[in-house]
Amino acid sequence: MVRIFGILIGLFFSGWLLVSFGMGAVEYISNPPAETAEHEFHKEAKEISFTSDGPLGKFDRQQLQRGFQVYKEVCAACHSLRLVAFRNLEEIGYNEDEVKAIAANWAIQTPDIDPATGEMSTRPSLPADKFPKPFANNVAAAAANNNAIPPDLSLMTKAREGGAPYVYSLLTGYTDPPANLPEANQPGPGLHYNPYFANLNLAMAPPLAAEDQVSYSDGTKASINQMAEDVSAFLIWSAEPKLEERHQAGWAVLAFLLIATILAYLSYRTIWADVKAEKKKKAA
Amino acid sequence: MSFPWAKEYTPTTELGQWMDKQLPLPRFIYNSVGAGYPAPRNLNYMWNFGSLAGLFLVIQIVTGIILAMHYAANSEIAFDSVEHIMRDVNSGWMIRYAHANGASFFFIALYMHIARGLYYGSYKAPREMLWLLGVVIYLLAMATGFLGYVLPWGQMSFWGAKVITGLFEAIPFIGKPIQELLLGGFAPDNAALNRFFSLHYLLPFVIVGVVIMHIWALHIPGSNNPTGVDVKGPQDTVPFHPYYTAKDGWTVGLALIFFTALMFFLPNALGHADNYIPANPLSTPAHIVPEWYFWPWYAILRAFTFDFLFIPAKLLGVLAMFSAILVWFFLPWLDKSPVRSGSFRPKFKMFYIILVIDVLILGYCGGAPAEEPFVMISQLAAAYYFAHFLIILPLLSSLEKPEPLPNSITESVTGKPLKTPAKN
Repeated sequence: MVRIFGILIGLFFSGWLLVSFGMGAVEYISNPPAETAEHEFHKEAKEISFTSDGPLGKFDRQQLQRGFQVYKEVCAACHSLRLVAFRNLEEIGYNEDEVKAIAANWAIQTPDIDPATGEMSTRPSLPADKFPKPFANNVAAAAANNNAIPPDLSLMTKAREGGAPYVYSLLTGYTDPPANLPEANQPGPGLHYNPYFANLNLAMAPPLAAEDQVSYSDGTKASINQMAEDVSAFLIWSAEPKLEERHQAGWAVLAFLLIATILAYLSYRTIWADVKAEKKKKAA
Repeated sequence: MSFPWAKEYTPTTELGQWMDKQLPLPRFIYNSVGAGYPAPRNLNYMWNFGSLAGLFLVIQIVTGIILAMHYAANSEIAFDSVEHIMRDVNSGWMIRYAHANGASFFFIALYMHIARGLYYGSYKAPREMLWLLGVVIYLLAMATGFLGYVLPWGQMSFWGAKVITGLFEAIPFIGKPIQELLLGGFAPDNAALNRFFSLHYLLPFVIVGVVIMHIWALHIPGSNNPTGVDVKGPQDTVPFHPYYTAKDGWTVGLALIFFTALMFFLPNALGHADNYIPANPLSTPAHIVPEWYFWPWYAILRAFTFDFLFIPAKLLGVLAMFSAILVWFFLPWLDKSPVRSGSFRPKFKMFYIILVIDVLILGYCGGAPAEEPFVMISQLAAAYYFAHFLIILPLLSSLEKPEPLPNSITESVTGKPLKTPAKN
């Protein structure tokens, strides 16, 4: 009985799937889906490597500090970094006093309650504070940015397919729209053409517009590519601050497991030696 | 149970004898995974994935309990509490990456274990109950995996919850109330997150309960083996301990090497970037896809693109998706071939290989965007999937002429020529 019912249900499901396939195929052939401009003009992220790549990767702290400088002087005007605290900057090589100074002098103050009046107010940031947001709320952020809310950057390199190379490509990828770009895909008012962005047009104006937009204290030439690379590296760190710890722990764990597994394999061979010998003897 | 030649548990110390009289726990262990449990001597490495599934279940429970100490199941702060674990909790990143990737390894072990059972006929008499309990474990694991993926409350968490609970909406009349009951509202929000967390904490212990019954049911007939031939005598078996504890032991090390290599060096490779964006009910991700271990079923769901008479395509897809797994409950009665092992069923073996490739294709299509040609490929692959279990296997069991079986496990191991075909 089970088999008869089974065959009937199977015939129904498989049959209807084949019919659907046939109808879909006819539709596909008679009316092939047009290639979209997004598909045609969109580019994959550029090839770029970072010192933190791969299982042996480590951060280049000098580069992270340069990247932080780019964030501070360029990105922070619009983009929050809400999951990172000033104290975390010690991890990229600033000392305690430098962190205190960075926090106290940050362009935006930390919202707090005035201890005297109980009214909402602001105060200079402390190392324990997270980076204050540039806009009080999403409505203010949208109002100031042509209705596009600048996303938080804390997790940006993990929150986009393509990671840091994508961020780098986006920052360096602004160009004039190609001549054959369809009308519908032309950048509208307040939008900017960028082939690395999924729908080709991006509300963010090119943030890194000129050489030496920031002046690096370590003397590195601040080309647009250099600034984009540095801030991308900084955002790898902000998204995954425990990356170095993770790589180190990984090698220690693998070394331990390798030895333990070899020992376990050898004891397995020893224990099974008699059974395997019997198999050979009988076979002979 | 045990075979008559299984070694009897004899406590030698006075404490051991006292214990054995009052609570024979050591005897129980001895008879289930100790020297008192004779197992077929010819089990190959496909038999190691049961213990590996157990290993990853334990890893999930231990890491999950620790994560629950730091996680907050509140839609306002759930996302940030996960980032708190990643940034501020000592070794929190390690626990979370172990848990996130441990789920994938649990499913890898389950899929290998299921594939083993399908090929060697482990679902056939006298092991139907063992197989049924295994399917229950798999269903519970799917529910647990889905619920857990919602907890970080990222974009894919939210939209995954919306799509999956939306499936129930397809059921006529009672679908909408069921969906609202599951979510505690009209859309995923705090009420949904809270009950998902509660159930995600509960279900693993239900899985442990069913695993205990699964192992109990295993010990009544004992393990199947690559020949599918019954154990005939002591020469066909070796004591579970130390033989299979040692064999399982070293593959535990091997599995952990693969697991830790992934979780320490590519911890987000199996995840979705979108889930590092906080849940936003106003912004739909371009491609909503579940975790990889659901992809084959997701492909079957999306393969139904046309209504059948009065049945809408969406309902057909939902029915087919659930049927694709529920069909396993009927497998012991669909495949009536008396020969268990696929090694002695040449035609079955061919169809089995097609099935494995078919499921891999379904998986690939399930992870791809819902556009052509993936939908058409899914339709062909899903058609074969149902045909395999519901049409081919029932017919094959009457039509196929199996090859002669070895007389015993020992005979097959020692490689002596096969004589008369033995009755299974």
